[in-house]
Amino acid sequence: MLLSLEPRGQQSRAMLWFSPLLAAALTLLCGSLLFLLLGHDPLLTLHTLLIAPLSDWYGVSELLVKALPILLCALGLAVAYHARIWNIGAEGQLLLGALAGSAVAVHIIDWESRWALVLVISAGVAAGAAWAGLTAWLRTQFNANEILTSIMLNYIALNLLLYCVHGPLKDPEGYNFPESAMFGDFSRLPLLSEEGRVHAGLYFALLALVAVWVLLQKSFLGFQIKVLGLDRRAAGFVGFREKRLVWFALLVSGALAGLAGVGEVAGPIGQLVPQVSPGYGYAAITVAFLGRLNPLGILCASLLMALLYLGGETAQMAMNLPQAITQLFQGMMLFFLLACDVLILYRPRLKWKWTKRTATQDALA
Amino acid sequence: MSSSTPLARLQLRGITKRYPGCVANDQIDLNIQAGEIHALLGENGAGKSTLMKIIYGVTQPDEGEIRWHGETLKMRDPSMARTLGIGMVFQHFSLFETLTVAENIALAMGRQAGTAQQLEPKIREVSKRYGMPLEPERLVHSLSIGERQRVEIVRCLMQDIKLLILDEPTSVLTPQEADELFTTLRRLASEGCSILFISHKLGEVRALCQSATVLRGGKVSGHCIPADCTDLELARLMVGDAQGLETRHAKVSGANLFLQVDQLSWYNPDPFGTSLKDIQLNVRSGEIVGIAGVAGNGQDEILALLSGEQPLPKREALRISFAGQPVAHLKPDARRQLGLAFVPAERLGHGAVPDMSLSDNALLTAFQQGLVSKGLVKRSKVVAFAEEIIRRFAVKTPNAETAAQSLSGGNLQKFILGREIMQNPKLLIAAHPTWGVDVGAATAIHRALIALRDAGAAILVISEDLDELFQICDRIGALSSGKLSTLANTLETNPVEVGRWMAGQFNTDAVLS
Repeated sequence: MLLSLEPRGQQSRAMLWFSPLLAAALTLLCGSLLFLLLGHDPLLTLHTLLIAPLSDWYGVSELLVKALPILLCALGLAVAYHARIWNIGAEGQLLLGALAGSAVAVHIIDWESRWALVLVISAGVAAGAAWAGLTAWLRTQFNANEILTSIMLNYIALNLLLYCVHGPLKDPEGYNFPESAMFGDFSRLPLLSEEGRVHAGLYFALLALVAVWVLLQKSFLGFQIKVLGLDRRAAGFVGFREKRLVWFALLVSGALAGLAGVGEVAGPIGQLVPQVSPGYGYAAITVAFLGRLNPLGILCASLLMALLYLGGETAQMAMNLPQAITQLFQGMMLFFLLACDVLILYRPRLKWKWTKRTATQDALA
Repeated sequence: MSSSTPLARLQLRGITKRYPGCVANDQIDLNIQAGEIHALLGENGAGKSTLMKIIYGVTQPDEGEIRWHGETLKMRDPSMARTLGIGMVFQHFSLFETLTVAENIALAMGRQAGTAQQLEPKIREVSKRYGMPLEPERLVHSLSIGERQRVEIVRCLMQDIKLLILDEPTSVLTPQEADELFTTLRRLASEGCSILFISHKLGEVRALCQSATVLRGGKVSGHCIPADCTDLELARLMVGDAQGLETRHAKVSGANLFLQVDQLSWYNPDPFGTSLKDIQLNVRSGEIVGIAGVAGNGQDEILALLSGEQPLPKREALRISFAGQPVAHLKPDARRQLGLAFVPAERLGHGAVPDMSLSDNALLTAFQQGLVSKGLVKRSKVVAFAEEIIRRFAVKTPNAETAAQSLSGGNLQKFILGREIMQNPKLLIAAHPTWGVDVGAATAIHRALIALRDAGAAILVISEDLDELFQICDRIGALSSGKLSTLANTLETNPVEVGRWMAGQFNTDAVLS
């Protein structure tokens, strides 16, 4: 073996910071190579992908609109992941939040009171939490693996949404398009400025950011969640209630994803459509790890992920690059980040083959 | 050839093995003659395990050479060691519990040795010849620990054995079983087999071994003939400074009953676990009660029931009570509120979260001590509490933010014990408090327990180390197959009698508590 890894024995502080930078550099390098092979100027492509989308206020506001649902989902996932509960179901929880919010909204189009919005948002949050609650119930009652159940529930949620948008929730006056009626103005999230599409969901996201930060960094409940994640036996030995913590983590996770979903339909979209989410719930998994499960890190990572979404669209329009580029870029980044994290606990060492041979010869001599 | 005795069966010259951050073996020389019982003495962490792994080919030395019958060779792997006639009995047995004795042995010996059925007569013959009765067709999970060890030894003897390495073989045996093992080993040695006996128990090394090599901090600190040395001389070679080793603590009789366990029976659903039968136990405030026993006789189960990790249904609440209050149905945190403190057997992964800092680990059990208010952790108070533990119990660590897993066993144990003692418990339950801990830390831990006793706490210590129990306990009993003997005053009994209890022969004449 030419390259060997030696355990450091302790986390390297420098590497904790350096590893994401190294991962970013490697992603850019491999991305450039890829573009070169596809016959594009790598620098120009990277510019289109990462810088051009932010050149005006509209671009920035689109970035925020894209970042909001990812941020909300990722914050929820961080809570669950700290307890080592691998909720892969943010996508389904988001879709169900959107579905439930829409189901309420289309029945109260005529309301002229702010309570309409409250009702719609609450329905979305509750539905997201309930969908995650199913996973929690299967896990605590039957010890069913939450990864499998939450993934399967994603597909159920998607098909449920498709059924509703093609059936009971379809706009009767919508020329048979699979769309719900437009929501009433009082069940829409108000815009924050004249230009762009940034809406009041931003406040929810900031509130969630602070709340999750306090929960994870300052509260005893967050401490219990972390102990449960790191060492189940230690949690049992001091009497932390495992089942209750599993329920709590999954409910928070689901509620935030549900909020993200209802925020999309009550915000920028304004009605229920089949394509509520271009995979925000899955991107949030990457974002949660990219941000090292730390709320502030997740904030940065969700902005970066939103940028990749935007850049992917721009590149598609301006340079005729396939849409899969975005996903490829996301995948590469996660791959490099996880790979570079090895350096936090291990020190790489180059070993030359001849060194070993001489040692053996010495022993024989 | 070398200048040393050409007869030596195994010679190690300048063996050095480095691991990141430490030198496990530093220039170690060792000679073992044919038919010699050689002791390898040393504290935990002195480098004994690394050295025998090198001999058995599990790891390779960085420097130095191994000579077998005078011939230099490179021990590539354990199968090469076995071909040469080196056998090893590890501390943790590598047996399949759902297979029979013969099947286990056949598996280990490989296909060419024959099927389990073909091996059975030879197993019977070997086990009989060396006084280790074994039934080859029995399933391993039905065997006692001592019998399982026999399986491991017999497995080594099935081939033409020249050197048998035993790693702390007596730590799982009662004193009587240990004596039987010694008889077997002497018999083997008289037939010309060399034995490398690894231990830190001075008494048995003196009784069994003709010569000894003592390791300290990865280096050879001396060679000696154990029979000619006193315990104190040997201990000095092992730890350098032998102060406090001879400490005797005064025995007391305690005040009011605090912990009462009444007719506690518990069926263990785990087929390989132990069920408890009619445990009768009480501990008074201001005394230390010790429970001896070979591991796997119900210690884990009784600890889980006492700590609350395994609560009983409400109708059985009376089985365990603290100062007259039934608690058997309560969870650990509720029991802690009533004055319980608990030091589990495993430090990392049970008593402390390995990846968390010491201050977080302080919070882990002390959260009822005003470190949390309105659901928020009072970080400065937690750090102050952790630093106080570190200061009072002389825990060697850079600071309170160091991860628990980077501390040595002894230091972490001092921290965990300190964390529990600082909460002023009315009852402290400690499992194997000095297991794997160096002598210095063990002495400090014993002193802390005695001080807590003298401050009026009831203390229950569960340990496999009889010497330790006799040193610190006021009353003592033993667990055997899920049953507890009656408790006797330590001053009125002796290790031989407790050894009989450990084997399940409860003496009805023992002093009743």
